[in-house]
Amino acid sequence: MNALFECRDVHFAYDRVPALRGLSLQIAPGESLALVGANGSGKSTLLRLLDGLCFASQGSISFCGEALTETQLQSEDFALRFRRRVALVFQNPDVQLFNPTVFDEVAFGPAQLRLPRQEILQRVEQALKLMRIEHLRDRPPYRLSGGEKKRVALASVIVLDPEVILLDEPTSALDPRSQSQLIDLLQSWKSTSKSIITATHQLEILDELADRLVVLEGGTVAASGTTRDILGDFDLLLRANLVHAHRHAHGSVTHSHPHQHSIAGHEHEH
Amino acid sequence: MSGANIVASTLKSLSRALSRALINEQTARQPGVMQALDPRVRVAGTFLLVVAVVLLHQITVLLTLFVAGVVLALASAVTLRTLTLRVWLVVLAFTGVIALPALWLTPGEPLSTFPSITRQGLHTAMMLVLRVETAVTFTTVLVLTTPWAQVLKALRSLGLPKEVIMMLAMAYRYIFLLAETANQMFESRESRRIGALGGREQRRLVAQTAGVLMSKSLDLSQEVFLAMQSRGYRGDVVTLTEQRLTPRDYFGVLAFAGVAALAIWLGR
Repeated sequence: MNALFECRDVHFAYDRVPALRGLSLQIAPGESLALVGANGSGKSTLLRLLDGLCFASQGSISFCGEALTETQLQSEDFALRFRRRVALVFQNPDVQLFNPTVFDEVAFGPAQLRLPRQEILQRVEQALKLMRIEHLRDRPPYRLSGGEKKRVALASVIVLDPEVILLDEPTSALDPRSQSQLIDLLQSWKSTSKSIITATHQLEILDELADRLVVLEGGTVAASGTTRDILGDFDLLLRANLVHAHRHAHGSVTHSHPHQHSIAGHEHEH
Repeated sequence: MSGANIVASTLKSLSRALSRALINEQTARQPGVMQALDPRVRVAGTFLLVVAVVLLHQITVLLTLFVAGVVLALASAVTLRTLTLRVWLVVLAFTGVIALPALWLTPGEPLSTFPSITRQGLHTAMMLVLRVETAVTFTTVLVLTTPWAQVLKALRSLGLPKEVIMMLAMAYRYIFLLAETANQMFESRESRRIGALGGREQRRLVAQTAGVLMSKSLDLSQEVFLAMQSRGYRGDVVTLTEQRLTPRDYFGVLAFAGVAALAIWLGR
């Protein structure tokens, strides 16, 4: 069976500043995977490469066995097939919301993908309902709160009903209640055949979001494994700048541990 | 006014524009004659009335159209206070300055010797001011009763190229975001500033702010383009087709066209 994505020795740089350095990674169909790493580790860049928005300067990426290249995406047939199957939710919802109203925003993607009008209308209604933003349908996106913008950005991707959803820091700018609702939604997707690839540095949501974690460090894969194994390896997390050593005293005893209380074996009362 | 003050006042003006846009939307959501019509009918009707205002030559007909504009505004939840403050006084100030010389430069039957004003000069000046006041009143009623998004949709369905519509929509969308960014940059600098800055320093501050904002806007445009591509944009925007017009909309088109034609015929 073909891998969903296969990255081989991928290099990428922004104006000569390297972002990815020889990254190799395989992602299976239907997998829930999280890319974790400190700021600047290459998570967002990798998501963009997987979404065919930028291309490796060296190495290769393939999608379901087909090379994901600029030339390939110039072909209308491949581009339509690929965009219908893969969608990205950007970290900053403001860049994703460029239409005059929320309704137009959610309808933009399906319209570009040449879906029939009736189907678009039906899908938009469903997406608005799912994200509980029906009441915002005629509002301009720039007048919304941060959390509302994020919901609209998610709706504009959900409406495409893609097989692969790439999420860049999906819970940023969301209040705790909205975060829980989003996690519930992503968990419901996990039970379907969809592949969910999430870039985040919020370790506390990973248990619920991903079955496999890929730790990125300096633009390459530092480790890959089950969520439980990776979250249990606090030396690795410490090295990857995902936790920090927390030093404090209890009476006469002074000790240090990672500032990540969910790590197995380090439960601790203050 | 110093450079920093210019920046501050410009940003405040943009914030005011944002608040006004918000108020516009509230008016657009209220029930009214204009609000009941399809946006395409509103845009086309306003266009016809403005053309009539430009083409007619009789001051009485122009005055009648002006009164019709006021009635339309009141029937569309636009208040006299809004029209006075946002249209009539502003237009009077600007057009009045342009029209003033016509009072004594236009040759004709003298009305007074000092200052030397002619009947024809007074007529010309009044026609100019009234023409602009009436046209802007109709346009303001349209803008206040129709959200910008609907105006753009209407323009699109009336034949404006979709690329132009997309540019207008995105410019309107992102001008507020950039204004907000600029405001935050300015406030952030102000919060770290101690004492007054010299003129040279203020100019440097303005130039730096403009440069950073320019750079941010380029980054933003690149990101927006990628976000569009990600959802299937390939250089040609596909939009959903418009809804059909109702009998009330056809009646609206006839009413606008009839008033405009009658005004042009009577005021020829």
